[in-house]
Amino acid sequence: MQYPVSVTVNGAKRKHNVDARLLLVHYLRETLGLTGTNVGCDTSQCGSCTVLMDGKAVKSCTVLAVQAEGAKIMTIEGLAENGKLHPLQDAFWEKHGLQCGFCTPGMILTAHNLLEKNPKPSDAQIRHGLEGNLCRCTGYQNIVAAVREAATRMKA
Amino acid sequence: MSSRIFGSAIKRREDPRLITGQAKYTDDFVLPGMAHMAVVRSPYAHAKIKAIRTTTAAAMEGVLGVFTGKEMKDEGFGPIPCAWVVPNSDTKTPPYPPIAIDTVRYVGNAVAIVVATDRYLARDAAEAVEVDYDPLPAVANAEKATAKGQPQLHADVPNNVCFKWTVKGGDVDAAFQSADVTVKERIINQRLVPNALEPRAALAQYSSAMNEVTLWATSQNPHIVRFLLSLDTGIPEQKIRVIAPEVGGGFGSKIPHYPEDSMVIFASKVCGCPVKWTETRSENFRSTIHGRDHIQDVEMAAKKDGTILAIRAKVWANLGAYLSTASTGIPTILHGLMLSGAYDIKNIHEDVYGVFTNTTPTDAYRGAGRPEATFMVERLVELVAQKLKMDPADVRKKNFIPPFTDGHTVATGLTYDSGNYVAAFEKALKMLDYAGLRKRQADLRKKGEHIGIGFCTYSEICGLGPSQVAGAVGFGGGLWESAIVRFHPSGKVNVMVGISPHGQGEETTFAQIVASELGVAVDDVEITHGDTERTPMGWGSYGSRSTPVGSGALMGAITKIKDKAKIVTAHLLEAAVEDIDYSDGRFFVKGSPGKFKTIQDVALMANVAWNYPKGLEPGLEASAFFDPPNFVYPFGAHIAVVRVDVETGEVRLERYVAVDDCGRVINPMIVEGQIHGGIVQGVGQALWEGAVYDENAQLLTGSLMDYALPKADYFPLFELAMTETPTNVNPLGVKGIGETGTIASTPAVYNAVMDALAPFGIGKLDMPLTPERVWRAIQSARR
Repeated sequence: MQYPVSVTVNGAKRKHNVDARLLLVHYLRETLGLTGTNVGCDTSQCGSCTVLMDGKAVKSCTVLAVQAEGAKIMTIEGLAENGKLHPLQDAFWEKHGLQCGFCTPGMILTAHNLLEKNPKPSDAQIRHGLEGNLCRCTGYQNIVAAVREAATRMKA
Repeated sequence: MSSRIFGSAIKRREDPRLITGQAKYTDDFVLPGMAHMAVVRSPYAHAKIKAIRTTTAAAMEGVLGVFTGKEMKDEGFGPIPCAWVVPNSDTKTPPYPPIAIDTVRYVGNAVAIVVATDRYLARDAAEAVEVDYDPLPAVANAEKATAKGQPQLHADVPNNVCFKWTVKGGDVDAAFQSADVTVKERIINQRLVPNALEPRAALAQYSSAMNEVTLWATSQNPHIVRFLLSLDTGIPEQKIRVIAPEVGGGFGSKIPHYPEDSMVIFASKVCGCPVKWTETRSENFRSTIHGRDHIQDVEMAAKKDGTILAIRAKVWANLGAYLSTASTGIPTILHGLMLSGAYDIKNIHEDVYGVFTNTTPTDAYRGAGRPEATFMVERLVELVAQKLKMDPADVRKKNFIPPFTDGHTVATGLTYDSGNYVAAFEKALKMLDYAGLRKRQADLRKKGEHIGIGFCTYSEICGLGPSQVAGAVGFGGGLWESAIVRFHPSGKVNVMVGISPHGQGEETTFAQIVASELGVAVDDVEITHGDTERTPMGWGSYGSRSTPVGSGALMGAITKIKDKAKIVTAHLLEAAVEDIDYSDGRFFVKGSPGKFKTIQDVALMANVAWNYPKGLEPGLEASAFFDPPNFVYPFGAHIAVVRVDVETGEVRLERYVAVDDCGRVINPMIVEGQIHGGIVQGVGQALWEGAVYDENAQLLTGSLMDYALPKADYFPLFELAMTETPTNVNPLGVKGIGETGTIASTPAVYNAVMDALAPFGIGKLDMPLTPERVWRAIQSARR
């Protein structure tokens, strides 16, 4: 049994009939071909699959595609505007906030949500805010630096 | 050489695709007609397979086929080879069928595969495969597995002992007899799960018409995977293309040639379509290699002035149920030969038993053998200091190998390249304000607060390595590297390398080398890696070898380019070749720096060859291979300061000072990033991580809900500094830096916690030092 789902992804209206059990992350990756969102675990621990759903960071491996009905979704592919990197993307690049890059899309979108709620976070608040996202490469120090840097740039 | 780019912290050139979601990892690839594979895995640690019923699954929607190990064998797919068999150890290599045929030997052992048109349907059908097992007794502990009466994993491996390997130097028994003090410890270097954030994946496209296959795989070394696939799939090496596209971290866990590589090739062959398999995280915990898992009985002998005389050790190394690709080399060559670390210890004896158990196979995990060696010696040094009531810093300084620049041979027979251990340690102590901190510690103790200071001063072996040594120690391949540098008419450059980085940033550092050496803009250089068809043969990225060995090959090709450019320049300027010199991107006539050609001028002329030296081949391209004369030995000093909350047992890292020396630094930003990540993984072992098996060899920590990975919130800002002691092992004087943090941070943090707990008289705790374990120890000490 398939169900209709219509969502706005990175500004574009999308409509499909999907299985009830289809995860949002697989809808994004396999139905829409937006493979920037990664799957790192199956227990909602790692945060690699984080996207913005109506502005809020959600782990798209624990959302069904049908639950996203009517929502506005932003994935990493939609973050840069007119070819210009978002300050978070720039800051991750500048501060070496990534190595293998697998956790990066989720990390950036979680940080996006964090800065929206708290535009001037302390390091401790950044670290706490990123607790739901695992990175095995960077040791987090440069991710924290990147988010700090992005916060400064976004205020300017 | 121009120093403008070499040594500077330029931004990484691989990042734009990674921060925009445009990077393509293996699971991102979709081919026309592609099917998905799911693997049926054993829930038992040890069992006979009585029957596998596939009819129901095969009839399900979308299912293209359900296959067993026997069918795979009948199709000509052989056992997975072990590529490292250590000599003089009587190593047994029982067959490792990609899919179990009659017996399963660990939880997660593959039993059957299902191929279906869709990821979800494949998993549905995998659930419907019915397997009848006849459970057998199982054993997970390596020491226990060697005892009489324990379950036997393989028919021809009595007492499950795969090998016994011994390293010795000097006269240990005499040293112990003459010692003033001896200390003894049983160390459990617990099993870890690497947990690269990207799960493993493999996608095969087989062509029956050509008997050729392309495999996209999450690999750190596609050329090795191709070589091994040629041995077990029956497809000749030249017909196999292995592509490691973007790879999301490896830490050793993506070195091995895994059964699933063969399974997808088999499935693509029999189903006649491309087949992709992507691991779930739960599968990763059971079927991707684990690391560490040593039981070590260790002793150290010393004089009363703190001079260390000898180490004696007996180790049970858990190999898991089968031999993974590099398995036996880890607890032997990469561990036993490094027992004396940074110290001048003249007498060493270690016996290592490699043991089969009913657990996931183990192999290289970041540090691979050196963490198990470094923890051992760093713990013993602490115990000697305690026994002699000496400052552990003083015991270290007393025993360091004195500074050397041109080789120092240690008791195990290795010749370290260069080192200045005391300088790194003094620098770290100064950054820490050691004396001030000891005073603060004493003051806090009076108030009932407990901080601890822990050291690790290390030297480690990496940059693997000379191929002759690789052969002599039983590694089934070479350990050289290769590079091709190709100049285009426009003066832009493509570089193809045999290494296969997956997060370490060599697309940037190697471009920095080319730019600095040849006078091209860094953005004019493109580095290609990770594809056996587009890159020259190389042995891959592990053992912190990509930069020390790979840059040697790159420098070889650069030298050839320069030599040829001089000939072309001499012709164009009507000068003698011997009179042409090179500096900062210009080939010029000695004494007349105004008469010159740039490398771009030369590239154009070499490519069009209109006005060209007679007899000289056109084109400006060079290929080089580099086999290093020795390993490299980075070193340093790490100091952890922890605070233990005695009411909850929680350990907080307050400060972390790291001074590392990796010789010359190409990009300090990237080097620091490697150290940060390494530290966090090592702290993970000390405080949180550990794979736990129960009595029936069931994995109790089989998901990220049960296995604690370090999070951002657990750490202070690390305080880093470098010293720079070049090596003469490679042209640039560089050493590897990928594993030092992991090697050093586990003992530093462990020693710090034990230092904090010293007032309670707690002498020993097993890792990880979880709040519960620490709290219980404090409670029982208080009773």
